[in-house]
Amino acid sequence: MTAVPLGIPRRLVEFTLDGQATRVPEGSTILDACRAAGKDVPTLCEGDTLTPKNACRVCVVEVEGARTLAPACSRRADPGMTVLTDTERTRHSRKVVLELLASSVDMSTTPKVAGWLKEYEAKPDRFGPDAARLDEEPRVDNDLYVRDYDKCILCYKCVDACGDQWQNTFAISVVGRGFDARIAVEHDGPLTDSACVYCGNCIEVCPTGALSFKSEFDMRAAGTWDEERQTETTTVCAYCGVGCNLTLHVQDNDIVKVTSPHDNPVTHGNLCIKGRFGYQHVQNRD
Amino acid sequence: MDLHFGDSKPTDEERAAVDAVLGPPESAWEGADDRSDADLRWARGGRAARERRDELLPGLHALNDRVGWVSEGGLDYLCRRLTVPPAEAYGVATFYSMFSVRPRAATVVRVCTDLACGGGAELCGEVSSRLGPGSGVAVEASPCLGLCERAPAGLVVRAGVPAAPSSPTPPLPENSLARGPELTTDRLDGSSSNAGRAERPRPGEGVSARPVFEDELGGAGDLRPRVAAEPGDSGRGGSGEKTYVTATLAPATPDTLTKAALAPESAPPEPPAALAVPQAGREGLLLLSRIGTVDPTSLDDYRAHGGYTALRQAFAIGPAEVIREVTDSGLLGRGGAAFPTGKKWQATAAQPDHPHYLVCNADESEPGTFKDRVIMEGDPYSLIESMTIAGYATGAHLGYLYLRGEYPRALQRLQHAITQARARGFLGDDVLGQGYAFDIEIRRGAGAYICGEETALFNSIEGYRGEPRSKPPFPVEKGLFGKPTAENNVETLVNVLPILTMGAQAYAAIGTATSTGPKLFCVSGSVERPGIYELPFGATLAELLTLSGKPDNLRAVLLGGAAGGFVRPDELDIPLTFEGTREAGTTLGSGVVLALDDTVPLPRVLLRIAEFFRDESCGQCVPCRVGTVRQEEALHRIVERTGADAAGDIALLREVGRTMRDASICGLGQTAWNAVESAIDRLGAYK
Repeated sequence: MTAVPLGIPRRLVEFTLDGQATRVPEGSTILDACRAAGKDVPTLCEGDTLTPKNACRVCVVEVEGARTLAPACSRRADPGMTVLTDTERTRHSRKVVLELLASSVDMSTTPKVAGWLKEYEAKPDRFGPDAARLDEEPRVDNDLYVRDYDKCILCYKCVDACGDQWQNTFAISVVGRGFDARIAVEHDGPLTDSACVYCGNCIEVCPTGALSFKSEFDMRAAGTWDEERQTETTTVCAYCGVGCNLTLHVQDNDIVKVTSPHDNPVTHGNLCIKGRFGYQHVQNRD
Repeated sequence: MDLHFGDSKPTDEERAAVDAVLGPPESAWEGADDRSDADLRWARGGRAARERRDELLPGLHALNDRVGWVSEGGLDYLCRRLTVPPAEAYGVATFYSMFSVRPRAATVVRVCTDLACGGGAELCGEVSSRLGPGSGVAVEASPCLGLCERAPAGLVVRAGVPAAPSSPTPPLPENSLARGPELTTDRLDGSSSNAGRAERPRPGEGVSARPVFEDELGGAGDLRPRVAAEPGDSGRGGSGEKTYVTATLAPATPDTLTKAALAPESAPPEPPAALAVPQAGREGLLLLSRIGTVDPTSLDDYRAHGGYTALRQAFAIGPAEVIREVTDSGLLGRGGAAFPTGKKWQATAAQPDHPHYLVCNADESEPGTFKDRVIMEGDPYSLIESMTIAGYATGAHLGYLYLRGEYPRALQRLQHAITQARARGFLGDDVLGQGYAFDIEIRRGAGAYICGEETALFNSIEGYRGEPRSKPPFPVEKGLFGKPTAENNVETLVNVLPILTMGAQAYAAIGTATSTGPKLFCVSGSVERPGIYELPFGATLAELLTLSGKPDNLRAVLLGGAAGGFVRPDELDIPLTFEGTREAGTTLGSGVVLALDDTVPLPRVLLRIAEFFRDESCGQCVPCRVGTVRQEEALHRIVERTGADAAGDIALLREVGRTMRDASICGLGQTAWNAVESAIDRLGAYK
């Protein structure tokens, strides 16, 4: 069982969500309230362990009196506000944002997107065959990570996880501007020349598979990656005494990748290089 | 954090450029070559160094100005000095269009290709072919250079050692500056003066964890930039080195621009700023009255023309009463959003959190806008005085003046004005002997339209990428450095002077009931007398165009710049007020009035607008980052098409435009579709 930190008691804020009077603890976001009410609001850049960057704009909702739509992931619920989550206006914005994204990057490994494209009747092809997209080869410059920027939606989650929100290594940043903006390490060099410490926490938060384990990348390329056949076992890391939880993803009796439960109050999904990548000794069977 | 800086080393030149801004490194911990015994016992860095992060942008300017681009070694050295992670600094350096992280020629010619400079693209091509390969000059197309009244425009920048001050003696500490107006410390290298740093400590001012060794520093406490002595320094090429020079050419011809590119130091001087004001010298002007009649380099002349009476009035009535006057005057912000200035000041002044900051937004980058430049060049002291009043009213002791990087003459004039004001007690610890401390620090932008957005501007000053923050919280609560901040643009601030000298009632009597006071308009394009015009709110577009010489074959007027909208020649009775333009379904924006006659190909203008937004999007949010690209692509497809052929793409443009307006984080994305939409709906483009 996972311990749930209770925190100090918070006042309740009352507001109207899709016509229903709703009460949420002070400081909650509109998205928190939607989830508590069982409403499905699509999100891509929002992450459960990070401060929302509200860059993807698929979770926009209508706040009465506001000129523009508001991102549900980061707008806090204010007393008395009236919020509509599923109107023609919000559906239109979500549809076009999904089209813009899917026409510019490869979203084939992004969970749930296929369903949203169908739900919002998005047609990414309608920008024509010449619509600009990155079309860049994956960068494989080390044995642990692959950076496939053709799948990157610039959600900033890896930057935040590597920076002051978790790892404090500051090895990655957004560089350039506009449509040419990219995620990169210093001087846009290989990962091996950078400040990267290979904790893999950026892979943990990446929502699209733009950052992935070399093991997963190789198996996908070979056509052997099959999540249906994988089991997940959560255990305790044996390397040091901190006691981080590891979730071993095992396919055909081989560990294929390691993640960590986000609701763990010690690690919140973060690991170090040993916990994340140091599993080969387990499967040396000779 | 445990930062990783790599192995690349700066050249001596790059090291000198950074040290000129930051002072010499105090220890091996922050980049000095040799370790001293003390370095082995003391660790430096941490918070004290990180708090200097806002010097990253001036540091990048120093490197770029000295060698023409920002190299790996130079960037890493700057990062080591400021304990900024190199990845982040690289992200900042690549954000601005004036910096290059690839080797580049020392001389860069920027040719404006924006709306008023219609033929800029041809000029750009002509200059590059005349210069030919191997000339050591890079020619780049540039967004609006803010010289629309003298279009077409070009800006030449040659990297080199900072120019020595015009005075034979090197600049001295403030107390000896009171010698006279000839002693200028105008500097073009963008480095900030230490005297403006009233709020936060600098190294050597009580935050050092170890004693300062005088012999290492060449005099403890002398952290001032040491450029004056540099040309003669041994080991760096001596007097043969080229100096940093800028030359502004407008109107530019292939001839003059090519000549200036090869020898920017002998380029002809710019015409006086007053030439941009066709009404100069006329009676009844409130904001432009001094331009052309006052010497912009003389504080005494400014005072002889009524300068500093408004500040005295402010001190006489006290900060609360100043805010009341500004509120009663009905002054609305002139930057485009038209927010009540008094309300903003009141909200800032009332914040319990301290310090408060004042920020002057002089990042005028809207294509077609040049009014702030003319004020800063022609009457710089008025802005210094207005900022002092605004600081006094809002309880700020430090004001940041964020000036766009493409305005070298405005930078020079303002630096001179600030130095003079400081020397004479109009800025500093005790302004006018009233016990109020206020100083101004200039921050130079580096080519990014988005930095005119108020929260992006804060990020830019703080040394981060100039990406807008999401609001709330609003700047009055959490602005610059997370502290309560009042941000106003240049025109808004200078309106405070007549409010205080003539009184709120008299000021509010000008204009209409809801749009009070005078308004500046930047008229350019196909008119006989382009320039800045001052009219009371409520004058019509027709009246303004009559003043500036309306062409007979007027096709359309772009009102409010690239983020504004087009109006037809039969709509010229639109009253130029915030409410009047809103009623007419358009916007006043920043006061741009760009007249297009029927010889101007409209589809090309629209394409240029779309290209501008695609170039200037920061890339943070999806609707703007991808939407501006899709908008430009659709306009390319229909550039020569009309009617049914264009209908599908126009429908697509509408859908994308609506999403950009609804779902973008900031005003750039929200307005990127305005002009194109109005061209389709009001002008019938593509019909």
